[in-house]
Amino acid sequence: MSKVKIAGHASGSGTLTIQAPDTSSSRTITLPDSTDTLIGAATTDALTTRINATGGRKNMVINGAMQVSQRGTSFAAIGNGDYSLDRWGNSNANIGVYTVTQDSDAPDGFANSYKVDCTTADASPTGADYLFIFQKIEGQDLQCWKKGTASAESITLSFWVKSNKTGDIQTNLYDTDNTRIIGNTITINSAGTWEQKSLTFAGDTTGAFTNDTNDSLKIEWWLDAGSSYSSGSVPTSWEAVATGDRAAGTTLALADSTSNYLNITGVQLELGTAATDFEYRSYGEELALCQRYYERFVADASVEMLIGIGFNYSATTVFTNYPFKQVKRVIPTFTSSGASHFERLTPSVGWEAASTISAVANLVSARLNIANFASQTAGDATEVRITTAAAGAHWFAYDAEL
Amino acid sequence: MVEYEMSITNAQYYQDGIEDINKVINATIDGEEMCVPLDPANRHYAEILKQVDEGTITIEEAD
Repeated sequence: MSKVKIAGHASGSGTLTIQAPDTSSSRTITLPDSTDTLIGAATTDALTTRINATGGRKNMVINGAMQVSQRGTSFAAIGNGDYSLDRWGNSNANIGVYTVTQDSDAPDGFANSYKVDCTTADASPTGADYLFIFQKIEGQDLQCWKKGTASAESITLSFWVKSNKTGDIQTNLYDTDNTRIIGNTITINSAGTWEQKSLTFAGDTTGAFTNDTNDSLKIEWWLDAGSSYSSGSVPTSWEAVATGDRAAGTTLALADSTSNYLNITGVQLELGTAATDFEYRSYGEELALCQRYYERFVADASVEMLIGIGFNYSATTVFTNYPFKQVKRVIPTFTSSGASHFERLTPSVGWEAASTISAVANLVSARLNIANFASQTAGDATEVRITTAAAGAHWFAYDAEL
Repeated sequence: MVEYEMSITNAQYYQDGIEDINKVINATIDGEEMCVPLDPANRHYAEILKQVDEGTITIEEAD
């Protein structure tokens, strides 16, 4: 370039002033090497595009930094379909045994990762054997994709990954509303090294996501599989699900040795064709997002954990209410560490343990029905607690996962 | 192809003693005792209904 031209506007009457800063240093402002408008009314100008890419809520994955793990921090012999770290599930069948942990090994900028560690190997998976990590997303949270319309948007998935092995992992976006899928592979190039990967997937003009609270999308990371899942080809364009395509590009073979592990963190799914900086959220924000799907009340080892005030519905049964910290996705399932960990307080007896417990819930709260106490006066108020215990030992939880 | 099937035993309707209607199903699922709401969007209840349809389990009446 040999000329700099500043052009006035043909119909404008004001004066444009370019004001120098009060500095003794030289300053250079570099303009983009393309015809563009830095900022204007259109939403596609350069600066607006950059702001859209880096600002605001953009990550559709919850707990992508693996900060929240209400169920515990180590899950030995994790079951097929079980959740461990909040929102993260593991599917495995006939392909070895695995321990999942919330690991402190993480790339710079992250404190945790999801680690899957092979404890019983299967070097020759066959047929319908499978091993993959997943997160499911509600349909109502995916409407911004415009999937199933002519304006369907591209999506970019990015994450950090580390394994003792090199090899390829196939990652899929599985549309469970329309049984459609798109996928691609990432390569772990260097063993024992954190690497950041990203995959961009085209928009899908076929099959809209249902606008509801049900599972519409499953993000899958295939770590190993038998031929039923790997005999096809990687679905790099949207297609009707073909089982043999789901792990066709996976070569990692995580199941082949008890020395094998894989860590993953910094998972982000966002609109657009570029992976942008990870959207960091505070622990409190991320916990609240997770509690829509799972909420756990855990006893402390030293602090008395009062649940609330109840009353003797009958001589031997206590009712008390538990308001949820977050509105649940659906009416949740109740589970606990055991009825005997619940106690009621009465002046004549003191603290007294229950022997049965049930819960009747709705989207915002639940009634705990705690029973088989010694006879008391129906209608009297009582206090209810869960007994103190070593970290994580006594608890109750409401599960509304997808 | 089935990728996840819960192991469900001891399924029984539960009434809370206030009204004579079933409120939840108490069941042991994958080794854990659970109170499952009668909401088809709940994944545990959906699985119970599926296994009842398949004839794998039955749900006992409430006590």
